[in-house]
Amino acid sequence: MPTTINLNGKPVTVNAAPDTPMLWVLRDHLGMTGTKFGCGAALCGACTVYVDGVPTRSCVTPLSAIAGKKVTSIEGLQGKVASAVQAAWDKAQVPQCGYCQSGQVMAATALLTKTPKPTDAQIEQAMQGNLCRCGTYGRIRTAIHDASKQLEGKA
Amino acid sequence: MSALPISRREFLKVTAIAGGGMMVGVNLGAIGEAEAAAAAGGVENAWIKITPDNKITFICHRNEMGQDVHTSLAMLLADELGVDPRKVTIVQAGSNPGLYINKLLGGQITGGSTSIRDAWEPLRQAGAGARTMLVGAAAAQWKVSPGDCKVENGVVTSGKNKATFGQLATAAAKQPVPKDVPTKAKGQFTVIGSNIQRLDGADKARGKTVFGIDAKQPGMLYAAMQHSPVIGGKAVSFDASAVEKRPGVKKVVNIGDGVAVIADHYWTARQAADAIKVQWDRGPSAKVDTASVWATLDKAKDRPGYVAGKKGDVAPVLASGALEATYMCQMLSHATLEPQNCMTLVTKDTIDIWAPTQFPQGAEGTAAAVSGYKPAQIRIHPQFIGGGFGRKLENDFIAQSVAISKAMPGVPVKMIWTRPEDMGHDFYRPPSLHVMKGVVKDGKVAALSAKLVSPSVTSRAFPSAVKDGNDPFMTEGLANFTYDIPNMELRSVIEEVGVRVGYWRSVSNALNAFATEGFIDELAVSAQQDPVAFRLAMLGTQPLQKAVLEKAVQLSGYTATPPSGRAFGVASMECYDTHAVIIAEVSGTASKVKLERLTVVADAGVIVHPDQAVAQLEGGVATGLISTLRSKITFKDGAVEQTNFHDFQVPRMSDVPPIQVAFIGNRDKPAGLGEVGVPLVAPAVANAVFKLTGKRIRALPLEDGGVTFA
Repeated sequence: MPTTINLNGKPVTVNAAPDTPMLWVLRDHLGMTGTKFGCGAALCGACTVYVDGVPTRSCVTPLSAIAGKKVTSIEGLQGKVASAVQAAWDKAQVPQCGYCQSGQVMAATALLTKTPKPTDAQIEQAMQGNLCRCGTYGRIRTAIHDASKQLEGKA
Repeated sequence: MSALPISRREFLKVTAIAGGGMMVGVNLGAIGEAEAAAAAGGVENAWIKITPDNKITFICHRNEMGQDVHTSLAMLLADELGVDPRKVTIVQAGSNPGLYINKLLGGQITGGSTSIRDAWEPLRQAGAGARTMLVGAAAAQWKVSPGDCKVENGVVTSGKNKATFGQLATAAAKQPVPKDVPTKAKGQFTVIGSNIQRLDGADKARGKTVFGIDAKQPGMLYAAMQHSPVIGGKAVSFDASAVEKRPGVKKVVNIGDGVAVIADHYWTARQAADAIKVQWDRGPSAKVDTASVWATLDKAKDRPGYVAGKKGDVAPVLASGALEATYMCQMLSHATLEPQNCMTLVTKDTIDIWAPTQFPQGAEGTAAAVSGYKPAQIRIHPQFIGGGFGRKLENDFIAQSVAISKAMPGVPVKMIWTRPEDMGHDFYRPPSLHVMKGVVKDGKVAALSAKLVSPSVTSRAFPSAVKDGNDPFMTEGLANFTYDIPNMELRSVIEEVGVRVGYWRSVSNALNAFATEGFIDELAVSAQQDPVAFRLAMLGTQPLQKAVLEKAVQLSGYTATPPSGRAFGVASMECYDTHAVIIAEVSGTASKVKLERLTVVADAGVIVHPDQAVAQLEGGVATGLISTLRSKITFKDGAVEQTNFHDFQVPRMSDVPPIQVAFIGNRDKPAGLGEVGVPLVAPAVANAVFKLTGKRIRALPLEDGGVTFA
C-alpha cells in the first residue's frame, strides 16, 4: 500500500506494509542507513529521527503513523544548529565505534534548538535516552556546551 | 599470549602494480594459495599501495570498532613513509593471515589490546622501506645521492628537483628492496604523538559510516531468525504454513540452531520468523539456571587448579590464621549496540561475506567449515564494527549467514538479529568465584593466596592453547600480579557450568582484579593502614607501577581522611604491558552513593594518538561500569532472562561521572590501551563504597550488595 511522507524536505512514496516501522522504511525500503537499529523497543535512541520536528524513535513508529508528516533523518539534518553540533562533535572527537552517534547528534540538535543554553542537568535529561556503549558521554556533554557557545557567539 | 610464536625474520615484499605504482607489504611467510586467490578476487594483499595518481592507500589489517586503529595505524605508517596521515586512504583488509597475522595472538585477530604493539615494528619498517625505495628512484632519476634528497608530505625534493610519491612509485617498485631500514627513535617522530582528528570521526557524526548492518549489494534479500530459546538447542521441526505464502517471503530454512525466513524486506522476514511454530530440542543446557551455575563453581573451589604465580610457601603462614573471603563476578552480555548481522553471497565457486568481524581469519574458516568450500574460494569483506568488545571475535552469526545464503544461491542475503536474540545468544563474560586468603604481620602482607574458579573461554574458542589446565587468558590478572609478597600462590581452576562464555573486553584481568584489589584493601584495613601506603610499600620492585600510583594520588586529590560523606577508593594493576591505577571518589550515604569522579593514570609507553588514547581509557571506564553498577545476565531453564536494555542496563549519561586521564612514563615502545580502563573500575568503586559506607561488597554488580548508585 503506497504511503506518502515528506522525507528530508521531499515527498517520498513508499510501498510497504503500514505497520512497518519507520526505521526499516528508511534503512531497507529507501536504502538510507544513517539511522541505526539498536533495540527495536525505544530503549537506546540509535534510531532517532524527527517527526514534525520532534525527536522520535523510528523503531517503534509505524509507517501508518507518519503518513503525510515531515520526517527528518540524519541524512537530511541541516541548519545552523545541526552544523554547530556536528562541528563541535568533530572538535571534541566524540565518536568511537560511532554506531549511536547519528542518534546522539539528532538528540543534541533537538535539545539546542529548543534550549540554546542547556545546563548539565538539562543535557542529561535530554540525552539520557541515547545509549552509547563505548562511553562517549563526557565528550558529548563537552560538545553540546561548545555548540551552544558557538551558536550564542554567532547570534 | 601467543599461540603461534614467530621468530623468523620479517622481510619487505614489494611488487610493481600492472598499471603503474607499487605495493609494499611485510611478508610474514606462509603466503600461498590463499593470497593468490585473494588477489585474483580483487581483495588487497599488501599494506601500502602507491599509484601514479598519487593516491596512497593503507590496507588496514585490523578492524575498526571505535578503538581508532584506522587512524593510529595509519599514523605509524605515515610517520616513516613521510606523508600526512589525513591524506592516506584506508581500505579494510580481507582475510589473509599469511600477510596480516597478529603475532601477539597467533591469528588475524583484532583484540587483546594488541593492534599497536603488534604493528609497531613491521608497519613502520614497511613505511621506512617504501620511503627508501621512493627516494632511491628519485635519486637515480636526478643522478644525485639519496642522502641529498628530502621527503616531506609525500614529496621528494633535491635542490630544484621535485617529485610526488605517485610520480616515483612505478620506478620505485624496481629499486632494490632495502634490508634493515632503521626506523625512527623516540624523539624523532613527527606524526606519532600528534593529535590529528580521527579519519573516521566526521563521517560517524553525519551518519555516513557503513557498518556491517549497513552493507548493501544489488538484489540483496533479508533474513530473520527464530532462535532456539536455549543456546545449543535445535529446531527439530517447524510449521511455516502460515507464513510461506505471505507476499515477499522467499524461503524458510531450518539451519539447526534456528529457523530462518528469507524475504524481500527485513520487516517481512522478521514478522514471518516470529510467526513460525517450531518444535525445539532444548539441548544440553536446558536445565542450566543461575543457581546451578554458582553451585557448580562452588563445588570446584577446592580443586588445586593451575599455578599461575608462586613465591615462597603460603601453607604454613596461612595455617597460622588467615583472613578469608570469597569474591564473585556475575555474567555479562557484550551488548554491542549493533546487533549481530552478516550478509553472504554464495555462488557455485565463491562465497563473499560482508560482516562486522574482529576475526576475518576465523570468519573464513567458519564459512569453509559450514559450506564445504575451500578457504581460497571465500572472500571476507570486514565492515566497520558497531561495537566489538570481544563479541565479534565469535563466528556464530557468520556460520548462520552462510547456512542461510547457501539455501538461496546467487543472491546476497543479509541476516540481522533482534536485540533480544543478541542478548539471549551471546558468549557471556564468565561467572567467576575467587577464593582469597591472606595473612598480615607487622603491617605487611606475609602471605596471599588467590584462586579463580570459572569456565574457560579458550577451551572452546582455541582449545589447543589450553594445556595442563592452563587457560592462558584465565591467568590474566594473576600472572601479571605486581605486589611483592614473600609468600604467594595464585591459581586458576577451569570448571564448566553449561553456559557459553566468551572474551569480554579485558577478559580475566577484570575478574581477577576485582578480587585481588578488593582483598588487598581488606588486608590494608586489617593492618590498620592507609590503602595507598599499604600498596606503595609492596611496589618496591615495580618502580613504574609505583610512579603511576603516586601520580594518581596527586591528581585525584586522594586523602585517607576525607570529610564525612566523601570517600576515595584505589585499585592498581599492570595489564597489556600498561601500568594503570584508578582512584574513585564517591559521596553519599550508607545506601545511596554518587560517583563524583574517576581518575585514571597509566604508563602505556609511547602514546601514538594522545587524544584517542584518552578516549580509550574513558570508554574502558564506561565498560567497567557495566560490570560494577547493576548489570548481570541470569539464566532460567537454560534461557537468558534479560532481553533488552531495560533489564540489562548499560550505563547512560547520568551513570558515568567525570573521568580524568593522565599518562606518565618514558618507555620507548607503545603498550596496550583498549582494555586497560576496564578492570580497575569495579575494585576502585567497591573500595570507595567500603570507605564511605563500611559495607564490603564482594560480589558484582555492587547494587546487588545493598547500595544504589545515584
